[in-house]
Order: sequence, then structure tokens, then C-alpha cells
Amino acid sequence: MNRIKSAFQKKQKGLLNIYFTAGYPRLHDTVPLLQALATAGADLIEIGMPFSDPLADGPVIQASSTAALHNGMNMRVLFSQLQGIRESVPDTPILLMGYLNPVMQFGVENFCREAAAAGVDGVILPDLPLDDYVQEYQDVFRRHKLRPVFLITPQTAPERIRRIDELTDSFLYLVSGPGTTGGANTQAAGVQDAYFQRIEDMKLRNPRLIGFGIGDKASFQHACRYAEGAIIGSAFIRALDGVDDVPAAAQRFVQSVVA
Amino acid sequence: MNPTYQHPTERGYYGQFGGAFIPEMLYPNVEELRDNYLAIFADPEFQREYQQLLRDYVGRPTPLFEARRLSEKYNTRIFLKREDLCHTGAHKINNTVGQILLAKRLGKTRIIAETGAGQHGVATATVCALMGMECIVYMGEIDMERQKPNVYRMRLLGAEVRAAMSGSRTLKDATNEAIRDWISNPVDTHYIIGSVVGPHPYPDLVARLQAVISEEMRKQLLEKTGSELPDYVVACVGGGSNAAGAFYHFLEEPSVQLVAVEAAGHGIHSGHSAATSVLGKPGIIHGSRTLLMQDEDGQITEPYSLSAGLDYPGIGPLHAFLAESGRARFISIEDEPALKAVSECSRLEGIIPALETAHALAAIGQLGAGPEEVVVINLSGRGDKDLETYIKYADTIM
Repeated sequence: MNRIKSAFQKKQKGLLNIYFTAGYPRLHDTVPLLQALATAGADLIEIGMPFSDPLADGPVIQASSTAALHNGMNMRVLFSQLQGIRESVPDTPILLMGYLNPVMQFGVENFCREAAAAGVDGVILPDLPLDDYVQEYQDVFRRHKLRPVFLITPQTAPERIRRIDELTDSFLYLVSGPGTTGGANTQAAGVQDAYFQRIEDMKLRNPRLIGFGIGDKASFQHACRYAEGAIIGSAFIRALDGVDDVPAAAQRFVQSVVA
Repeated sequence: MNPTYQHPTERGYYGQFGGAFIPEMLYPNVEELRDNYLAIFADPEFQREYQQLLRDYVGRPTPLFEARRLSEKYNTRIFLKREDLCHTGAHKINNTVGQILLAKRLGKTRIIAETGAGQHGVATATVCALMGMECIVYMGEIDMERQKPNVYRMRLLGAEVRAAMSGSRTLKDATNEAIRDWISNPVDTHYIIGSVVGPHPYPDLVARLQAVISEEMRKQLLEKTGSELPDYVVACVGGGSNAAGAFYHFLEEPSVQLVAVEAAGHGIHSGHSAATSVLGKPGIIHGSRTLLMQDEDGQITEPYSLSAGLDYPGIGPLHAFLAESGRARFISIEDEPALKAVSECSRLEGIIPALETAHALAAIGQLGAGPEEVVVINLSGRGDKDLETYIKYADTIM
């Protein structure tokens, strides 16, 4: 069963994908957060694997990654936390997002085996080049039924978008505009909408989720006009800042976006 | 064609090192550069402008000076390639002059750069002033403190210096911030990387622009020694741009021993070091697969060197390949012998070297060079920027 596909079949519009950093705010918040998000109505969940030098991330995710590493998070701890997660979170797609170096050091084969065993559905590695994915990773990913998710930006050429669309069977991650995660939209009015519209008009195979700079109900609903749904990361992490009851805060945040 | 030391493969690999591991947001920028840099470098009009600036603005060729008193002390024949005499005081400007001309031809109007010791930042701010371009330099907060004069120089030249506050707040973090800026400004901005690091084509692009150093060395050596080829070429390595330039035209000459000198900080295994060739394992940093100081989880570790230009946790992929293949010999020098080499060069030759360069000078005694052999040290920069450090460690130096 492909949980990602099922999620998009079940609900064709307005899917909410929430990102959080594993091991943040505390080392063992990972599983309670997953459960709370699924219960509250997140349609997909992305778990960030913290990295010391997250190039595509803005200050909020950088800080949560630093804190998570300081808390003792690493790949082994994460996979042991995820053991048995499918008993309490049976249907919500779970994706791992992170950078290539920690995955390389863990071993790609080991990483895919452990992720699949834990019930992970997809993987997002922004610094893994398409050609390298095809030549060195695709076979392993397929063997373990893990779906890659690739990013598309306003500058990505149409033929490259087509190629990305062919290489996966999950969803396309539309980066909303120039900038790292959590940044404000600095584009002139209409530029972003024209870009979303251009992608929509390409009639691609995969559904689309819009991410980067989506942080509340208004920006979520705006993004949903042009795509099947949207991804929220930095704003959610900020909502966990200094909170005692992390699952309750997660629930409140999801409610504030979808209710 | 077999990949050589001089030329990486089409995808930017030197052996297993190199490539372009970048997020999609950077892909169009890097692709534009990759598709255009060789044609632009080959354009006669570019070459005319580049060579003219190197001569009239940078002050090239720089002298190759026979250091007789140092030679006497070490009982070998030592030449110093005087990159410290370049405009702005270091070799860094060879690269920034070339890249600003490249940026103009690509239609860019805004320049960003990272800097460690501040020399690359100053060299970038200088060429931006010359060309009337907006310039933003990212510098680690710690480095801004220990290389204050260079911060003021950049500001005087009209550049904006932005502090990198993440991680160890040094060169690695300044590079992260510059890359994030480029992600946020993908259309009008060119990123002038200061070393032979980063995604392909940067390592090759920067090596080609620094190659003028060894091109001149060959001509000058022929004139002074009767042979274009020395026995040793010695250079310090942080990211490795001055070493790449000093080695470039000797890479395919097996009789020339190439010696790369890294900073061992308090000692290679002290936990406070930047000796990447010894402590690094293959990994990815700033878009390139190279030798990288990291923990067992693949988290990049914080390097240390007293010198702000050598504390980088990686090395350029060319150097990783030179280390792995054995083509170059790697030597590590600790803070203290580097400081002692500062005073030795100052007192014996009347030349105050940069702290980075002093690591190369401190390695002379370990070469095993004979009395008839010719050693070229790339004197990559002058020591003015390090005066505060030299005053602080006066007891060690004197």
C-alpha cells in the first residue's frame, strides 16, 4: 500500500503537511508529536533529520536542528523511536527530510532498510542531485518502496520539471519563491501566482504541495488554490517554542490552520 | 579523456571527489555558471581585460625572490613567490578580478562573498568598488573580532559586512550564510567563492584563475635556476586556493614534489585542529564531496586554528584527490611553530608573512630538501592583518 497515494486519493484538496525536527524541543517528543499531529488532522507528516549545516533552511529550522543535535538526536535514535509507530499512526504518510551527508555516513542501504522497517513512506534530500539519485539511489529506494520527493522552484526549467515528475510517484514539492525555509514572501504581487499557475497548467502526473513561507490559515488557504495542499514547517516549530505540553500545542496549531 | 589532476570530469569529479550537491534552488545558478565559464575564460576580450587588470591593478607578475638567509639556515635553495605583494596583500585578488569580469558577462549586478581571514572579503570588496557593483560579504562573528582591520577595510571600500552568527561563527558558517543569500537572490546575484571549494564548477573555476601563480613561477624559475621545474612547491591549505594556484602548472610534472601544509591547531589529535587530510572522511560540505571533518553521525565538526584563513573543516576536492592519490604530501603544523615561523621570516628576510602563510614556512625543516635542491614557498599573504594576534603572542614569537 502506498500511503502517500492513498492520502491524495482520500482528500483531493487542502492537504496539510506538517514538518517538525526530530528530537525537538526535547529528545523524546518525536513520537508524541507524530501521534498528536495525526490525531489533530495533519494529512502528511515530515520529520526533519537534524544536520549541523542545513543550507536550505532559515533561522528557525537551523535553531531547532542545533537544539535537537544537542539533545542527542541522531539516525540510530530516530529509527529506534519510530519502531512500532504504525501501531498508533497507521495511515498518515510519514516522510523523512534531511541532508545527504548524515544519510551517506549511516549508509544508504542501511538508511532505506531502517526507514522502510519503521513504516516511512518517502524521503526528501534537497542536496541529492537528480543524476546521482538515478545512478546511485533509485534501485535501493525502489527495493525498499521508499518514494523520493523532489523540489521545484520558480527557476526550474519546464523540461526538468517533467523529468522530476517522471522520477517519483508521491508528490512534487513546490518551493513558493526564492529563499530558505520560513522566509517571508518578497516577490511582487502576481509573480508567485503566475508561477503556481504555470505549474498547474503543465498537467503533471503527481499532486503538488507548496512549501516555504506558508505559516498560517491565510497563507495555507492561498496556496491550496493552486495545489492539492501545502507544507508548514518553521511556523509550527515556532509554535512549540517554550511550550510544556507539546502534543497540546501541536493540536492547537493544526486546528488554527484547518478549522 | 582520462580525468587529470588539472581537469575534473564533466560532472566536476577529481577521482571520487567533487560534484555538485546543491538544493534545487541553486541549480539554475550553478548550471548557468557551468555552461558558460569555460567559453567566457577562452574569450580573447575577457583575457585581454583580465590580463590588463592583473598587470596594472593587481601588480603582476609578482616577484620570485631568492631568500638567501632562509636558504642558508635550512641548507637548501629557497624561493618565495611574493603573492603578498599583490594589491590588497594576498593572492585572493587573482580570483576576484577574474570572477567580477565573469559576473559582468553573466549580467549580474549584485555580488556576495564569504570570508575567513578577511582577505577574500577585502579582495571582493575591492573589485566591486572598481566595477561599481553592490557587495555583501559574510564573515563569522569570531573572525570579525580577530581580523578587525579587514572588516574596516571592507567597509571603507563600500561593502556591507554581515556577521554569520551560527555554528562556530567562522569560515564554514560564513559560507553557509553566503549560500543561503544566493538561494534567496537567484537571479541578479553572483557568488564569488574565495577558494577551490563548493559545487562544480567552482573548484575548477577558482583553480584556473589562481593558476597564474604557477604559470609565472615556471618562467621565473627558468630565468633564475635554468629550469622551469623546482624540486618542491610548498603552500598552506585551508580550502586550498593558493595551493591550487601554486601547484596548477606542476600537477602533471611528477618530478616536482607538491607539499600542502594544513593547520594542526593545538595538535592533530587534540580536538582543536583543522588538519582535514588526516582527520577527514569522505563527505559533503558546501555542495562538494570531499574529505571532511565530521563525527560518526555525519555532523560537520568545528575546526580550530589560530589562523582565521585555515580553520575550514573540508578541503577543495582537488586537494582531497591529491591527498588520496599521494600526488601531494600533506604536512600539519601547529599554532606555535607557525608563530615562530612568522618571526623567522620577518627577521631573516624582512618580510612579515600572514599567519596562514607562516604554516607553509614552518614546514621547510620537514621537507628533507638537499643543498642543491630548489624549494618554492608560496608566500600567499602579508601579515599586517595579523598584527593584533602577533602582539598578543609576542612571547611565543620573539
